[in-house]
Amino acid sequence: MSTTDIPRRAGVPARRERRRSRAVSRGDGRAAALFLAPWFAGLILITAGPMVASLYLSFTDYDLLTPPEWIGPENYTRMFADPRFLNALQVTFTYVLVSVPIQLALSLALALVLDKGLRALPFYRSVYYLPSLLGGSVAVAILWRQVFGADGLLNQFLAVFGIEGQGWVSHPDYALGTLVVLNVWTFGSPMVIFLAGLRQIPQMYYEAASIDGAGRVRKFVTITIPLLSPIVFFNLVLQIIGSFQSFTQAYVVSGGTGGPADSTMFYTLYLYLKGFGSLDMGYASAMAWFLLLIIGGMTAVNFLASKYWVFYDD
Amino acid sequence: MTELTTATRLPDDGTRLRARLAQAAGGLPEPSARQRRARRRAAVTGLFRHILLIAFGLIMLYPLLWMLASSLKPSELIFREPGLIPTEIDLSNYTDGWNALVNPFSTYLLNSALVVLGSVIGNLVACSMAAYAFARLEFRGRNLWFAIMLMSIMLPIHVVIVPQYVLFSELQWINTFLPLIVPKFLATDAFFIFLMVQFFRGIPKELDEAARLDGCGHVAIYLRIMLPLALPALATTAIFTFIWTWNDFFSQLIFLTRPDMYTVPVALAAFRDSTGETSWGSLFAMSIVSLIPVFLVFLFGQKYLVKGIATTGIK
Repeated sequence: MSTTDIPRRAGVPARRERRRSRAVSRGDGRAAALFLAPWFAGLILITAGPMVASLYLSFTDYDLLTPPEWIGPENYTRMFADPRFLNALQVTFTYVLVSVPIQLALSLALALVLDKGLRALPFYRSVYYLPSLLGGSVAVAILWRQVFGADGLLNQFLAVFGIEGQGWVSHPDYALGTLVVLNVWTFGSPMVIFLAGLRQIPQMYYEAASIDGAGRVRKFVTITIPLLSPIVFFNLVLQIIGSFQSFTQAYVVSGGTGGPADSTMFYTLYLYLKGFGSLDMGYASAMAWFLLLIIGGMTAVNFLASKYWVFYDD
Repeated sequence: MTELTTATRLPDDGTRLRARLAQAAGGLPEPSARQRRARRRAAVTGLFRHILLIAFGLIMLYPLLWMLASSLKPSELIFREPGLIPTEIDLSNYTDGWNALVNPFSTYLLNSALVVLGSVIGNLVACSMAAYAFARLEFRGRNLWFAIMLMSIMLPIHVVIVPQYVLFSELQWINTFLPLIVPKFLATDAFFIFLMVQFFRGIPKELDEAARLDGCGHVAIYLRIMLPLALPALATTAIFTFIWTWNDFFSQLIFLTRPDMYTVPVALAAFRDSTGETSWGSLFAMSIVSLIPVFLVFLFGQKYLVKGIATTGIK
């Protein structure tokens, strides 16, 4: 558009004006096609196409070597008769439902302590945040196996107090617990989000409440909690989705087996073993789609429940 | 005036309010004995808080420090002394670990570096392009496409991994880095599109309008205005891509099965499986080596990391 157009535009009839604006949007449309071309290709080739393909494969018997054979919903019915699958489901739900609330409570508590205007805040924030950057790595999973091993760091500490520990990672009752601890250990990233959220609460509210005689507890319950609840919700949704897909930790700590006695058989680990271990790709695809359903379902439940406890200030 | 009457009714807050009023009037209030006492009490609880926070931080980091210390000890001492300071420094774990697998560890470091480099460039180029379209261009169905993009962020990789594997093996891409890099050039890490859209929206529109009046097209506006102004968002993207790709295990495990193509995480896992529980010293040494790049990026990129998490809530 050039500057000389502007005075003329005021006089043009409405229809021409409309055509003009459509032309403008078509011009943008061409640029948009250019800028979105890589994303669009990715959406079709890497995301949406494979999604549809895996939905199809989930109704077939497929081992990569021979063409897929349509078997209807058999993979899904097999899943619910497969004790190892049901166990994996239970292990993963236990892991998520135990570790996520502990992790969020801890991160919120520390964010509240750190938010008291400490000058050393950036230092503490970094120290607490570092584990969440490293927590997903193979190296830390290797370390974890050692810390909770029979002659590992934890048992060395317990020995100081005369307690004789055991091989935590090799005991079916405790192995999952060590993975829960590992997930809790990465509380730093929700903590940083909480800290940012606490900064958003106007100081004015607290001052007004003090003037009205509210104590610290009262202020926390009536100001901090409601105004922070959207952030709690956000962290909750994100951590549930993320934790449900945990793979590396279980794979490395159990040596790729999900053991001992399938006690660390995460959903995604079982999916991997089925698909890429025994080349039961149809079954793995069915598991993947069921995973999508679970995650979608949990997120939907979260959103529905949020009506009752999340406070939106508008 | 109403504030003052409230203050007289509530003597506790009255002193604070009066102090504030005095400050506002320009003079600092004389500290009363009571205020001095309160200040001392605050200093004591503050110190107490610092001690607790430092102790907690030490517990958090102790396993990492212990791994570092253990990697410098002769293997037989690792399980005998839980302390952090090794009585004798022994670098043989590092030389042993470096050569423990078929290829020297430098091969795996180089492989990881190549995958990371490709992923960072791909994400920077493709995600910023898509973000420009979503933030600045008018086109039909923009809101719908934007919603699809947001939903794709939450899509578990497991739903697409099997057909992707089939596709990439048809293309003969298994045991190359292409399955790990090419998708980044197609903006499949939609998280970063979202991050950059948020950032682009904060750049004043007047700037591109002025540029358009000067005859700039969209390509020029994107290259000469948006990208230079969005450097912080690009830095955040680069740093997170680096860390995520460096740590990524699942897709590298699937697409790289030939030992000379292993990246660091896959090599470490193979190392652990092949030596079992026997050579913890060299396993720790290589684990430390694998964590150093992430640690360095964390050290120098903290500002962008914290900002990135705070604005989008990414890990």
